[in-house]
Amino acid sequence: MMNNTFSLLVPVLMAFVALYGSFRHVDVYATMVRGAGEGLKVVAKILPPVIIMLSAITLLRASGFFDIFSRIVSPVMYFFGIPPETSPILLIRPFSGTGALAVVSELLSTYGPDSYIGRTASVMMGSTETTFYVLAIYFGAVKTNKLKKAVLAALLADLTSYVISALTVRLFMS
Amino acid sequence: MAMSWIVAVMLAAAAVFSVITGNTDAVSSAALTGAEDAVKLIISISGIICLWCGVLEVMECSGLSDKLAKLLRPFIRFLFPGTKGNTPAEKSLAANMSANLLGLANAATPAGLMAASYLKGRDLAMLVVINSASIQLIPTTIAAIRQAAGAANGFDIIVPVWITSICSVTVGVLAVKLLYKNDE
Repeated sequence: MMNNTFSLLVPVLMAFVALYGSFRHVDVYATMVRGAGEGLKVVAKILPPVIIMLSAITLLRASGFFDIFSRIVSPVMYFFGIPPETSPILLIRPFSGTGALAVVSELLSTYGPDSYIGRTASVMMGSTETTFYVLAIYFGAVKTNKLKKAVLAALLADLTSYVISALTVRLFMS
Repeated sequence: MAMSWIVAVMLAAAAVFSVITGNTDAVSSAALTGAEDAVKLIISISGIICLWCGVLEVMECSGLSDKLAKLLRPFIRFLFPGTKGNTPAEKSLAANMSANLLGLANAATPAGLMAASYLKGRDLAMLVVINSASIQLIPTTIAAIRQAAGAANGFDIIVPVWITSICSVTVGVLAVKLLYKNDE
């Protein structure tokens, strides 16, 4: 029941926005087309980095690195309730959004998008940001040395994301 | 520059491990497969990305985004007590947070940087932590990737994403409040 309600969310939201926009005298079609054009620029921008990152990650997967790495860290991962196969995400997500996108995409094609691993990886991806990139932008722009507390808080938030991702997938999707 | 090291290390590790595990044949075809998969992936998700950008543009032009920003004001007062009465700070914080909620990283960052110029110490840390913890109302990118990978319903993870995001932002906010308790 809950699944059906939420499945409607996106179409209903789109309909609402379109109707509201018309009500506010916005040329909805032209605006959507213009927005879509902007979206296309975004897509063109991310294509080259994704090619590079996904090639590198596929190479790493084929070389057996991820299997070995996951096995090494699995005791710690199990302690936190996180499937070890998702460990590459924890490694790369704080540093690179494109890299994380590539890792998750590769995990989904290896284990299937509707598997426990696939869903956990997806939730992790949807609930985190590229932490060090954000830190670099804000503290780079504002010039301050008091990084340590902010970094700690941000990393704690990230750790929570990874643990709760696995937990919610186990609770809601088995 | 950091990315430079990351990619170099990844490629080196792949080469080294392929020798260790003896998978050299698989590795040599992997570069081609990876590059091809990347193009397929981007083409698959570009549709919904463009569609969603269209929707967001309508939200912006119709004033819905501003309404969302208004709804956030009580949260902003709670999270950033130092900005009470400082309208430009509150406005740019609202713009930053609503852009984050809508998944608009490109709009969130300029608004966030503008807000940052008004903030110090704990409020600044709070801003940065909230931006790095991420709450997205509609996680379109990951849903699109899931769909491209063959998921029955790309958005079916939306409730876990909400719960996880709320938990992680809560932890981040609490951490900032605690760590900075003795400051200012």
